[in-house]
Amino acid sequence: MAQQVLAQEVLLGDEAVALGAIHAGITAAYAYPGTPATEILEYILRYKDLHGKPHASWCANEKTALEGALGVSFAGRRALVAMKHVGLNVAADPFINSAIVSIHGGVVLAVADDPGMHSSQNEQDTRYFVDFARVMCLEPANQQEAYHMTMEAFDISERFDIPVVVRMVTRLAHSRAVVETGEGRPENPISKVPVPSSWILLPSNARRQWRALLDRQGSMLEYSENSPHNVLTLAKGRSRLGVITTGIARNYYMEALEDLAEKPSHLHIGAYPLPVKKIRALVDASDRVLILEEGYPYLERTLRGIMPLPVEILGKVDRHVPVDGELNPDIVRKALGLESREGITVAGLTLPGRPPQLCQGCPHGDAYGAIKKALAGFTDKIVTSDIGCYTLGALPPYSAIESCVCMGASVGMAKGAAEAGFYPVVAVIGDSTFLHSGVTPLMDAVSANANMTLIILDNETVAMTGTQPTVLPSSRLQTLILGLGLDPDHFHIIDAHPKKAEENTQIIRREIEHKGLSVIVAVRTCLEEARKKKKEGKVQG
Amino acid sequence: MKFDIVLAGVGGQGVLSLSSIIASGAMKEGLFVKQSEVHGMAQRGGAVLANLRLSDKPIASDLIPKGSAAMILSMEPLESLRYLSFLRPDGALITSTTPVVNIPDYPNLEELLAKIRNVPGSILVDSDHIAKVAGSARAANMVMVGAASHLLPVKVDTMEHYIEGTFKKKGEQVVAVNLKAFRAGREVFTKERHA
Repeated sequence: MAQQVLAQEVLLGDEAVALGAIHAGITAAYAYPGTPATEILEYILRYKDLHGKPHASWCANEKTALEGALGVSFAGRRALVAMKHVGLNVAADPFINSAIVSIHGGVVLAVADDPGMHSSQNEQDTRYFVDFARVMCLEPANQQEAYHMTMEAFDISERFDIPVVVRMVTRLAHSRAVVETGEGRPENPISKVPVPSSWILLPSNARRQWRALLDRQGSMLEYSENSPHNVLTLAKGRSRLGVITTGIARNYYMEALEDLAEKPSHLHIGAYPLPVKKIRALVDASDRVLILEEGYPYLERTLRGIMPLPVEILGKVDRHVPVDGELNPDIVRKALGLESREGITVAGLTLPGRPPQLCQGCPHGDAYGAIKKALAGFTDKIVTSDIGCYTLGALPPYSAIESCVCMGASVGMAKGAAEAGFYPVVAVIGDSTFLHSGVTPLMDAVSANANMTLIILDNETVAMTGTQPTVLPSSRLQTLILGLGLDPDHFHIIDAHPKKAEENTQIIRREIEHKGLSVIVAVRTCLEEARKKKKEGKVQG
Repeated sequence: MKFDIVLAGVGGQGVLSLSSIIASGAMKEGLFVKQSEVHGMAQRGGAVLANLRLSDKPIASDLIPKGSAAMILSMEPLESLRYLSFLRPDGALITSTTPVVNIPDYPNLEELLAKIRNVPGSILVDSDHIAKVAGSARAANMVMVGAASHLLPVKVDTMEHYIEGTFKKKGEQVVAVNLKAFRAGREVFTKERHA
């Protein structure tokens, strides 16, 4: 990209994506907080505070965030949506269908995968979703690429009329380096979608649109074959080993390269769809091919297929490389046949682990105390829970919850367990998770008057990801919940303070004993949030 | 020149700010820098690890390979031992001696410190006490930067200028406390090395 370097900035991978989007002339950016993608929108929000634009806001969830972006596109302008990998599951409906419409203003999804599950419940690989939607993906290997590729992704989006994914992974998202940045491009002018039927996915239109998307696959592949992000470096003569890297796996390969006596032929892939000709050229020049990719063996499984292979392939499928977890320099050294350097060892040294835990004095701790006491007399119970800091209540000393599946699942699961005939059933969910995906299952529970007690732990913030504001203030929860038609006699707001422990226990106990649906909102501000507010107050005062 | 540092501590101790102070100093001297951090769930009172890589050539990997770190710099004694497999045989282990006891099975502190002393190249720094003497308990990470500064590929002047620049807007008093903490950290290193 012929962009003049104007500045050097130290940026997290996430921040490089954010600045790339800003310099691509986005009009709006939307997200729901989720590690490791949170810092993308946080950067854009700070930028907006300083410069007045682009529009940037947290949304109820990833689906609503992407739908907002589609509206921006419909109006002819560019929008970024940021999310963690599992957020794309929530946004899958608009994502898959936005590939069928003719994207107008550029739409880019920055999706951050979390191989190794540092802060997630699975390590799904977003590249499969890209393939599923039949669209394109750029996968940066470093912060500089994250900046440039995000800009390029918008151009691709408008060139092929598709949403484009920038696939990040935790290690890049949360690593800082100097990024050379240039001048930004202006926003698109407002211009409505020229052919409205291209966005009205009635079957007759959808069939035409789908065929058009399939017809564009060839030109997308051609783009990818010629992309400078897919770099083929053939060694002189035939290679005993050829290496294909994708994304940040290249960094670990480069780190080991200086120790390799014989330099392999190498293909790096940073742009998808997979560049077929370049892959074939690498395979043709090698006796064996080692595949290094962060995440699932997406490329490897494609190459292996089900027909006999012309060369031996080494990778995750044959367990030459660990099939789960994230890559690191040592795994890659070993995969290349290099000795791992071992550091210092101290004989007989066993260290106790230090897992994450609720902060000292966290209101969730008090809420769990009350819930456990309220349930004390029952021989058995089910306590479903959800995703947030309060999931740490699964660990000792609390051991208070029994499930964590996906955003909002606590509510629907409790309804199901109650309808299976189990009693007592309690669901525990945070305020932000409730707003994200808990309202719709509560609608089901109200409709069925399910025999369960929902406890919303309201700490007035999105705590786990760094105290982002919730999409609606806590004061609106009451109106929202009663508006669904819950019996007001079985709705309570309690103060999750240790001083109120006895009173709270009694209320929870009474509602568990009620044969039907109850909702209790346990309110107390997160300690981190309170600290932040105090600090901001000081700065403003 | 390559200088890899493993930074360790417990969520909330300021491991990331410790890392960024050194990174900023290194960049002032034109070095390439990569700083890998831990965000999210682990930050809630759990073990926190950062990888800081300094080099005069571009750096590929964000993560430090095993047996390659020139230094482990830890804000907490137990955490200082967690990443020994990354330390080069001639590397240095510099750790604060102030424990964060938030787990039920925290080892006996004296035995723990004795184990650290047995690691070749280890330097123990009573950073909290030294920071308080310098004028603020919050300057503990500056004491650790000072203790590390003898070995860092960054000039002392550069580090001191950076500290001055960073704290200038908070007033002369804050600058003075942080410089004092940095210099006190330097002295501890010299004393411990010869002990």
